[in-house]
Amino acid sequence: MGRLKTIARRTFLIGSAAVIGGVAFGVYTYRKPAANPLEDGLAQGEAALTPYVKIDADGITLITPRADVGQGAYMVQAALIAEELDVRLDQITADPGVPSAAYYNGTVAAEGFPLAATDDGLIARTGRGAADVAGKLLGLQLTGGSSTVPDAFEKLRVAGAVARATLLQAASAETSVPVDQLSTKDGAVVLPDESSLAYTALATTAAGIEPVQEVALKDPSEWRYIGKEMQRLDIVAKSTGTQEYGIDLQMDGMVHATVKCNPRIGGEMISYDATEAEAMRGVKRVVPITGGVGVLADNTWRAFQAAEAVTFEWGEAPYPADDAAMWEQVAASFTADHQDSRFKDEGDVDAMEVAVEAEYRIPHLAHAPLEPMTATVLLDGGRLDIWTGTQIPRFMQVNAAKLAGLDAAQVHVHVLVSGGSFGRRLEDDYVLQAVELAMAEPGVPIKLTWSREEDMAHDFPRPLQMARARGAVSGGQVTGFDLGIAAPSVAASQLGRLGQPAMGPDVAIVAGAWDQPYRIPDYRVTGYRVPPMVPISSWRSVGASGNGFLHEGFLDELIHAAGADPLDERLRLCWHEPSRRVLEAVGEMSNWGDALPEGRGRGLAFTLSFGVPTAEVVEVTATERGIRLDQVYVACEVGRVIDPVNFDNQVKGGVIWGLGHAMMSEVTFSDGMTEQLNYDGYPGMRIYQTPEIEVRALETDALRGIGEPSVPPAAPALANAIFAATGQRIRELPLNKSVDFI
Amino acid sequence: MKLKVNGTEHEVDVEEDMPLLWVLRDELGITGPKYGCGIAQCGACTVHLDGVATKSCQVWAVDAVGVEVTTIEGLGTPEALHAVQAAWVEHQVAQCGYCQSGQIMLAASLLSDSPSPTDDEIDDAMSANLCRCGTYPRIRAAVKSAAAKLQEA
Repeated sequence: MGRLKTIARRTFLIGSAAVIGGVAFGVYTYRKPAANPLEDGLAQGEAALTPYVKIDADGITLITPRADVGQGAYMVQAALIAEELDVRLDQITADPGVPSAAYYNGTVAAEGFPLAATDDGLIARTGRGAADVAGKLLGLQLTGGSSTVPDAFEKLRVAGAVARATLLQAASAETSVPVDQLSTKDGAVVLPDESSLAYTALATTAAGIEPVQEVALKDPSEWRYIGKEMQRLDIVAKSTGTQEYGIDLQMDGMVHATVKCNPRIGGEMISYDATEAEAMRGVKRVVPITGGVGVLADNTWRAFQAAEAVTFEWGEAPYPADDAAMWEQVAASFTADHQDSRFKDEGDVDAMEVAVEAEYRIPHLAHAPLEPMTATVLLDGGRLDIWTGTQIPRFMQVNAAKLAGLDAAQVHVHVLVSGGSFGRRLEDDYVLQAVELAMAEPGVPIKLTWSREEDMAHDFPRPLQMARARGAVSGGQVTGFDLGIAAPSVAASQLGRLGQPAMGPDVAIVAGAWDQPYRIPDYRVTGYRVPPMVPISSWRSVGASGNGFLHEGFLDELIHAAGADPLDERLRLCWHEPSRRVLEAVGEMSNWGDALPEGRGRGLAFTLSFGVPTAEVVEVTATERGIRLDQVYVACEVGRVIDPVNFDNQVKGGVIWGLGHAMMSEVTFSDGMTEQLNYDGYPGMRIYQTPEIEVRALETDALRGIGEPSVPPAAPALANAIFAATGQRIRELPLNKSVDFI
Repeated sequence: MKLKVNGTEHEVDVEEDMPLLWVLRDELGITGPKYGCGIAQCGACTVHLDGVATKSCQVWAVDAVGVEVTTIEGLGTPEALHAVQAAWVEHQVAQCGYCQSGQIMLAASLLSDSPSPTDDEIDDAMSANLCRCGTYPRIRAAVKSAAAKLQEA
């Protein structure tokens, strides 16, 4: 097998260490050794190794530290290692490993710095480097921001290549055959006589060899997995009911639990009466915890029933109690005092002749993954074990240790598969509740399961946002665009809960709006920070999820006011070649410009987010019963497609996510409480509403994630299509406040 | 009371009104049917009662007595997939996968009632269940492919 391309420079070194019965390969962190995640298994003196590949008598384990919440991250990470290690995917086990500061994520931290994804200049690169260092220092083992692929692409392939090269050395040492006469195939070293030595049989010898650092990675033309359709590692389990999720965990002596906390998020529990609940069948105890109670029982349903039987006196909400009061606070934030950022300020919008003024609103939205929050916890002596689905195992470890009065090293987080997340599992509130229950009942494994109602009541939502926009047109062109966006800060709210500082402006308030690749003579985007209200968090595609609608909805208004064509005018305004390519592609796919029958309309929107320019065209028909979604076309420049099936799933899933919420979802508050407590009040898109979706990937050598970028353009493309079909311009989500849908 | 699940009789001592879902999950350890909403909105808990797709969060334990209960575990296994499961694997439908036990049970029931459903019939029937990841395009394709396979057989 030829290895053509040598890596010239790396910021990490692959090391190896003996483990019981075998060898592990991984990254040595520099500057300071991070706590060793396989401490129990590694030899003395190897404390800084973070393993990605472990080979022992049991087989080959690829350690995939980024969480899989349905986005296929395990598969992608395993494929990158397997590509260079030369193993079949059915020969390996993927293990999310254990939390370690050494699995830092340098890419997601960069999203916190105000660098446009189009900006590849020196300042931008320096800034990204600084963010990378910050990522290391904070020990961000975090899954999010579509960062898994960019972060892992080189690191995991090199780990696989170093392991393979070292196993070849081991085979040479055992057989005295020179390395250049050996090859590898499907998890074994092949000798000149075509006999083979399994990696598992070479592991012990390999552990005694200095890892081979001079490795060359395969030329892309030789890739066996990357870019090819692969069968997901979990697909059979997920098609047979045998995939174990957090909620399915069963342990000997396990107690089932639920909690009921003040439905005013973060509010106090003044008093409670559990007399009736404690007398109910199967109930062991009712335990007060922060802001509410936990019920321990012998069955989850009995725990749910008993929690409903507890009576409470709740404290007031520590935020404005209803939507009217919240909108008032948002509307009052368009002032110099509240100005958070003005990253885009070109020309002079104050001097432009304003042709269109508009106000836009988007609501709070819940993540509402189908598996409610759940965690199993066992506190036994000086050891705390946590089994749960999470995107932040390292933060969770530290916070749980603090709560239980332990050192982080005494807390063991076992990451399980999650039934969705969409950002919800970037929080550890449910785990800390389970730890409180475990502290009340040490020595007993406790599985906490939230009811759907508890989940919806405490889903830290995406923030509501308001935009005030003014624009100018002249000679058939858009000449001025002034967008002010007011929203509370997700970064401050979310990092605050994780005990981390959030410094400087919050890029999320304007992400997907300030950084769009248009050249407009007078062009300004200002972020206004609304004082904290309801605790809020990251929701699939974060700031861009709402800002795509604000920016692209208003731009569409201006283009129509100018009398221009939405595609032609965007192409005229757009200076960024990759973005122009996706606009042109989606135009071609949708036959943009061809006449449609009466009552039908096409809407176009474009958002550059997470480095991925994405253009979408939605086609709708205005029927007597309401708007019907007929067809969606998506073009995105995604960099390299690692797995075409997963790519297709993520893009279409993002479109459905974006459309469904835009059509009919909102979270509202009354008396401090969420009003939508289940899927009847908070519907998601159903299959009958789902349009045909056609996706085109424009590939480059760049590395991008794809879990989020198709979300932001979906809502504005739909609203713009409704305008095209009906002449009705909708500036508020959800759209079903203004029109009916079939 | 006695419940017959996937061909096996079980004696359970539960309240008459305990939802079948929680009898299966917490009393019998059969965790393929999932809890998602508890109010018949999401369908993640879908099982077959005498072959008919039913949301097990809405069925009292006592009403499942004398009925053949089939969960995803009884439909097929990783070693011996049901045609619908095989189609789900072939089309790689699952993302998070949490709703898919219910989707598969619903699709299997649809195809036993209506062996070659039209696109509209598929959409109508499958709209009873919710997927938050947005796997609907692949669900459509997998149902059609399973229907074709079952017709051949």
